[in-house]
Amino acid sequence: MIEIQNLVKRYGDYTAVNDISFTVQDGEIVGFLGPNGAGKTTTMSILTGCLSSTSGRVSINGIDILDDPVAAKKQIGYLPEFPPLYLEMTVREFLRFVYDLKECTLPKDKHLEEIAARVQLTDVYDRIIRNLSKGYRQRVGIAQALVGNPKVIIFDEPTVGLDPKQIIEIRNLIKDLGKDHTVILSTHILAEVQMVCDRIIIISKGKIVADEKTEEIEKVVTGARQLEVLICGPVREVHNALRSLPGLRYAELVGERELGSNAFLLESDPGLDVRKSLFQLCAAKGWPLIGITAVGLNLEEIFLSVVDETALKKEKKSKRKKG
Amino acid sequence: MLAIYKREMRSYFVSPIGYIYLAIFLAVSGVTFSVTTLKAGNASDITQYFSYLLISFFVVLPLLTMKLFSDEKRLRTETLLISSPVSLSGMVAAKFLAAFSMFMIGFAISLINLLPFYAYASGSPNTQTIFGSLFGLVLIAGAFIAVGVFVSALTESQLVAALGTMMILLLFVFVSAFNFSIDSYVLRSILSWISVTDRFSELTAGRFDVSAIVYFFSLGFVFLFLTVRVYEKRRWA
Repeated sequence: MIEIQNLVKRYGDYTAVNDISFTVQDGEIVGFLGPNGAGKTTTMSILTGCLSSTSGRVSINGIDILDDPVAAKKQIGYLPEFPPLYLEMTVREFLRFVYDLKECTLPKDKHLEEIAARVQLTDVYDRIIRNLSKGYRQRVGIAQALVGNPKVIIFDEPTVGLDPKQIIEIRNLIKDLGKDHTVILSTHILAEVQMVCDRIIIISKGKIVADEKTEEIEKVVTGARQLEVLICGPVREVHNALRSLPGLRYAELVGERELGSNAFLLESDPGLDVRKSLFQLCAAKGWPLIGITAVGLNLEEIFLSVVDETALKKEKKSKRKKG
Repeated sequence: MLAIYKREMRSYFVSPIGYIYLAIFLAVSGVTFSVTTLKAGNASDITQYFSYLLISFFVVLPLLTMKLFSDEKRLRTETLLISSPVSLSGMVAAKFLAAFSMFMIGFAISLINLLPFYAYASGSPNTQTIFGSLFGLVLIAGAFIAVGVFVSALTESQLVAALGTMMILLLFVFVSAFNFSIDSYVLRSILSWISVTDRFSELTAGRFDVSAIVYFFSLGFVFLFLTVRVYEKRRWA
């Protein structure tokens, strides 16, 4: 279990982390989400004892990171943003070094081979790290964090710079790790968090702006629904008809489109699907309905709206202008 | 801590730097020995050899220490060490001991130089001088390596680490050379207090000078302590 209480980190006048508190239960996979410079890496560095906090407490399984750093660090496996690899070593040598460094007691060769198999490094086990591709290096970084079977695993942007296949593999691996470890991972990719994590903590400008179970964030996604429809017909009449359609919050003219149609942006009441009644309306009036696109509020927009409410408005405006 | 020590020792020998150091150190010690004692015909006086060796330290020892922390920083591997259950002082001590062991390897080999000296010396060699000098050199090397460890913790660049270390060592080695041109007695005594060479000459003379020994030990200790502080401060920054 990880407990963070009122964590503050200041660099001179700049506050990188501003009063963050949260608790991570055993076996939870928590996604730490935020734009660049939000304080993710700073928080993780403090969690792992690489950086000291200005104030606040961090305890790992009940051990305070400042009172007993050595014991606390033994509980943690950490993959920093840039995987710390000694390039002149082979994977085997490097993992053996990490094993000695962490003063592990598990059977050495067996334990390391198990890890290598788990992160699919067996093929390159005796190759020099310098000659490995980015994806393999990242895996060596992950393997390094798993040495000694720590209870808590912290990954800072584990999938950055990998190709799509590798990203999927690493995500599956993290999910798998979540079965018997407590995992915190940071990322700025929303879909990743949604796929992998049980819980999402969104952080912006050093503050937690949302802390939700993953499913609950998904509910917000499906809650408000936006449609862009293309209807051929007299603009004003169509617009008025749309406005009076029951269940629609608003209908807005976006602009002219192909085949003499006009695009409208519609927002329905939460949980209501207006597509059928929309079709019937157009059919009754004899206006060809040539397109319905679900704009929806996608994850990115929700993210932005939570992170910075004004940012959402700006983006909407610019979208309309483009239309 | 042992893991870090072993990795450092290994990295001296998988990269060329360990061999380059040994080659340079052995060449310098061999040449100075033959020039100062054998060729010069003063086969019974070896003190000159030891003082040249001391001067060579300021050039060769930075080769051992320049990469210790700077390379970790450049390759961002230091997070691995800092986030591992090793204390900062253990980390610094391991790196220091690795460089010191490398020095001792070269130094031990260079003792071969003394064989012809014992074989051809006119009269019996002053064993007290030899042991005093060797002991002094080991202590001074330890202190100088500590300086190098400290400077390498300040920069990402091996070159800057090496040159910076040389500059500081230069001060310790040559500071008393200016003494003859300084009028102020106070300044002169300060400089000769700092000077490693002045204190070394006490040991070379075969006198067991406690203040010199304490000075060398504390010099090394202070710089290692400062290195730990550099890392602690970085955590709090």
